[in-house]
Amino acid sequence: MSVLFAAAGPLEPAARSFLSPTGVEIVFLLVGVAVLGSALVAVTTKQLVHAALWLVVALGGLAVEFLLLTAEFIAWVQVLIYLGSVVVLVLFGLMLTKAPIGRSPDADSGNRWVALVVALAAAGTLVTLMVDAFRSAWIDLGAGGGSTQATGTSLFRHWVLPFEALSVLLLAALVGAVVLSRGGGRGTAPAPRAGRLRAGKPVGTPGRAVPPPQAGPDAGAPKPADPAPAASTTPPQER
Amino acid sequence: MNLLDTLLRCAAALVVFLTFPLIIGQTEHKVMAHMQGRLGPMYAGGFHGWAQLVADGVKFAQKEDIVPAGADRRVFQLAPAVSLLPYLIVLLAIPVGPDGFVGQAVDAGLFFVLAVMGVGVIGKLMAGWASANKFSLLGGLRTAAQLMSYELPMVLAAASVAMAAGTLSLPGILDAFEWYWIPWQAIGAFVFFTAGLAELQRPPFDMPVADSEIIFGAYTEYTGLRFAFFLLSEYAGILVVSALTAVLFLGGWHGPLPDDLGWLWTILKTFALAFVVIWLRVTYPRLREDQLMRFAWTVLIPLALVQLALTGVIKVAIS
Repeated sequence: MSVLFAAAGPLEPAARSFLSPTGVEIVFLLVGVAVLGSALVAVTTKQLVHAALWLVVALGGLAVEFLLLTAEFIAWVQVLIYLGSVVVLVLFGLMLTKAPIGRSPDADSGNRWVALVVALAAAGTLVTLMVDAFRSAWIDLGAGGGSTQATGTSLFRHWVLPFEALSVLLLAALVGAVVLSRGGGRGTAPAPRAGRLRAGKPVGTPGRAVPPPQAGPDAGAPKPADPAPAASTTPPQER
Repeated sequence: MNLLDTLLRCAAALVVFLTFPLIIGQTEHKVMAHMQGRLGPMYAGGFHGWAQLVADGVKFAQKEDIVPAGADRRVFQLAPAVSLLPYLIVLLAIPVGPDGFVGQAVDAGLFFVLAVMGVGVIGKLMAGWASANKFSLLGGLRTAAQLMSYELPMVLAAASVAMAAGTLSLPGILDAFEWYWIPWQAIGAFVFFTAGLAELQRPPFDMPVADSEIIFGAYTEYTGLRFAFFLLSEYAGILVVSALTAVLFLGGWHGPLPDDLGWLWTILKTFALAFVVIWLRVTYPRLREDQLMRFAWTVLIPLALVQLALTGVIKVAIS
């Protein structure tokens, strides 16, 4: 992708007018519109998994916006964390619970008008804040401004205390998740039996247990163990 | 860098993307056959069946493209492309030789490569869900669980190399390479390569496509070219993981020959690792799902953390 941006030419700080935008600025706006559109579809679609996939488009678009602002490192972190992990986790959760193909009749929450008001208020606040803060300031996106080195330097020179505080917070969340998943200390879950699939029932036929002999591909697992005694008994016979 | 140069580099990456996975696939046919005391393909093309994969490709192209009636059409049709394209984009960032012999030198190249490879998972999840088939869904679920577990040791092992080199740029890492990195980063290399195998769902980590239980996992309902794309993405994945391991842990273009022939070393190391991938497939039986998870969380992640600590200590000691 960055090949294309390199080909689009350097950012020119000379053209400082909102009325004659550069190519990069136009692309930035177009991608922004696409992000907004896919985000809107993500919250309004009636199909659960489609919502998650539109979220992929929105988050990927955000990564492109970071790239256009020359914040390369942040862009790849966005892709790695949000697309590669968070969305995959969301999809995983959806598939584990209920994700019918087609419309989900209960996809609409009764809170949606409240949610709309909150979203509009938050967006209004943020936009007002940004416009007020950077009214006509022009930030020169020179080469290397958002490089890994620049990001690392500012993170570990000037912002190291918030960074460490955040990592302690995340560690606490991690420990909390482990504690919660252990079932509140009521002992550990029974260990899975060796050599069998852990699925209790075959999918789609409720109530019928798996017949033990054909439990899975591992039913043949004892096979390698069988020749071993035979092999150990043969040498004495030969002697 | 002008436009023509950019186009040339993209075209070169595309050619590599279209030929090298086929070479790896053909090698797999032959190596696996000989390891199992067979001959493998012998007729297509004449000489030792060299054109077998070309013939396979023609066969796939002729097959009918079927979308199941209950499937989510658009997601189903889009999934192979989402699964395949990330590997093509990753190839652009892998350095082959010194002095700019790379598709595009990315500043945070290591992150770029890992991030874009992670996106391919979404394609497999899409395929698993959209097929309207319970085996596909099971395959998709196993894929997601496996990738979530193995992504972490992979990133940690890669971070160790970045710490040693002091940069995230792939050519930069190779510029900083010294011979003693190979023993120094050996644990990391093992973790990275193993996690890469798991990410590709290659045997012995092929629980998501375990054909004796869930047919072919997420790809069960696919036919024709779309199925071929999934297969191609697997072999392109072998290429990418082998090349990345060669670049990060085995010194990429560094070797006894002069630097002009550096690209030869990169390719040689990549194919040696691809051979190991095939070898492991023939050697080891499939891990069960719980063994798979236990291996990631109780073996690979602690090993990766040990490697990180080791890298940190030695880095401070020698600087």
